[in-house]
Amino acid sequence: MTAVTSPVPSVSSERAWRFVRENGVYIALAVVVVFNLIATPNFASLRNVQLQLVQVAPVVIVALGMALVIGTAGIDLSVGAVMALAAAMVAIFVDQSPWLAIGMGLAAGVAAGLLNGSLVAFLGIQPIIATLGLFVAGRGIALAFTSGRLVEIFDPTLAALGQNRLWGIPIAALIAGALAVLMALLVRRTQFGRNVVAIGGNARAALGAGLPVRRVLLIVYVICAVYAALAGTLVTARSAAADPSFVGLLIELSAITAVVVGGTPLNGGKVRVLGTVAGAILMQLVFSTLIRHDLSDSDARMVQAAIIIAAVYFQRDRGSK
Amino acid sequence: MSALDLSRPPAPPPQEGEVEQRSLVPVTLAYLRRTPAIPVLLVVVVAGAVAFGGTFLSVRNFASMAVASSFLLIISVGMTFVIISGGIDLSVGSMLALGAVLAAYSARWGSGPAILIPLAVCTAIGLIQGLLIGKGRMPPFIVTLAGLLFARGLAFKVSDDGNMTHLIPEGEWVIKLGQSTFLGVGLPAWIALAVLLLGMVVLYRTRLGFSTYAIGGSEEAALLMGVRVVRVKLVLYTLTGFLGGVAGLLVAARSSSGLSTIGAGLELKAIAAVVIGGTLLSGGAGGLTGTLAGVFLLGVIENLINQIGTLSYYHQLVASGVFLIIVVSAQSLFAKRELRRAGRVT
Repeated sequence: MTAVTSPVPSVSSERAWRFVRENGVYIALAVVVVFNLIATPNFASLRNVQLQLVQVAPVVIVALGMALVIGTAGIDLSVGAVMALAAAMVAIFVDQSPWLAIGMGLAAGVAAGLLNGSLVAFLGIQPIIATLGLFVAGRGIALAFTSGRLVEIFDPTLAALGQNRLWGIPIAALIAGALAVLMALLVRRTQFGRNVVAIGGNARAALGAGLPVRRVLLIVYVICAVYAALAGTLVTARSAAADPSFVGLLIELSAITAVVVGGTPLNGGKVRVLGTVAGAILMQLVFSTLIRHDLSDSDARMVQAAIIIAAVYFQRDRGSK
Repeated sequence: MSALDLSRPPAPPPQEGEVEQRSLVPVTLAYLRRTPAIPVLLVVVVAGAVAFGGTFLSVRNFASMAVASSFLLIISVGMTFVIISGGIDLSVGSMLALGAVLAAYSARWGSGPAILIPLAVCTAIGLIQGLLIGKGRMPPFIVTLAGLLFARGLAFKVSDDGNMTHLIPEGEWVIKLGQSTFLGVGLPAWIALAVLLLGMVVLYRTRLGFSTYAIGGSEEAALLMGVRVVRVKLVLYTLTGFLGGVAGLLVAARSSSGLSTIGAGLELKAIAAVVIGGTLLSGGAGGLTGTLAGVFLLGVIENLINQIGTLSYYHQLVASGVFLIIVVSAQSLFAKRELRRAGRVT
């Protein structure tokens, strides 16, 4: 806060402030990790790290897709419902072949993304409302597929996907990491990524400049839904059951939080992939830290609220008065 | 966005080349095109009457629909203001739960505290959100998302981490707020109506209302015109908090209890009602008549789905989701035609 109080901010304090603003999520993550190393017994144990990684993987995956959508100044509320849809697909097709089941889960994601994307790109409906339709209906469709029941899944391939480890790292976490790298390449190294950022910055200008705005928007929502479908498949594989009532419930809020805490502004024009991953891990660690230190679930929620406010407050553009 | 001044409900200023005295019919038609919720509502009501006859089209059923919709209406009035100002409030569902829990909890000290405490706490949380959004210039979406977590957390905490549901002791008169009737219709519906009418007066006839439109149209322009942007935002988010508390209090009075899990997802329902009612999420345009139609449309649909009776819970979800997509698609197509007619979009 020194930069605020001193009347003429010196160059170095200005620079320090900027550093905090741009890297706040990494600093916060470091603080939480150091705190845990000191105060939480068994935090650094392999077992705990593996557990945290497995728990955070679905949120990371969903948040990556969400970051892309938010980069276009949009939002996708339907990600949890898409996870449920993918889970239902896996439950239906797993008896034939686990790979077919995974494929159908992803196909459900593509279909959901095409629906959301068409509503946003071609009908010009505000993203929050366009994706609200599937947010409500998607879980219903998923429940209809499984007749409203939880379906247990006994399949060695899926079980391996959800529970095995490679070099000590849970496969789910490896997949999340691979998807993060893929997203980073997409955003930074491709024309598509530059188009996303341009549309988020100013859709009208992007249209005027001749960018394929509609097509890019459509693809963005498809990618987001496919990422969500992957997360749904992973959760289903891990829990060895498809539970459309609860899989991905409220994950849209965790994902949006991770994206925003990670430094991607909600009004678009910027996508921070690594920040999003750090944001998801930060929120997960904070929550598990609070629970480990005997705070109740309700207290943990309130502390989370405070952390979100603090994170966004420090990252906001101080701009002109 | 260029659509803004087109869908502003208080008689829009005449466009260039347009005749000053427009007759009532085209004006009404133009209004209905901007607010497809009203014709769609009529269609749905007629369809319901045809399909279910007297069981749907009875005074009793409509009275029960009015009460069932009243909580959503109260919240949607506040939401309309916030959305017209270009903002959003995601915390209202949690705020309703907090209001209900606090009302039931405080009823042990009598009916006065049962009314005052939830209203005070919800208003205070709304005020803090308004401070962060107005003075702190933080995005409303994220501030009220934090508010959603915080208010729900507090509601759970008061309810012993969700393990306990407080009951309002028998004989407390606060229950009457939710359970007594006037002219055959439950009191919550009348209170919601009063909130709506007050909201209309404020939105269409006062400086606060005009400022709300101005901020939503262009915050910079409003600032240059001398609108006290920070103060208006502060008032608006305090208002949504207060109205969330009112709705929560009424829910508690109606059910004689405060359930900490109620109202989840209600914020999205309210946003849907407001948008179906023709208010644009980009701000600066819209109004409360549309919101009323939007709320009733959602209420009638729910009622019709209940009339079918055999429909399972998840088919109801599918029906409401599909319906929502159809309405907003139709609305967007109408709006596009309207824009093309005005020659603003190529």
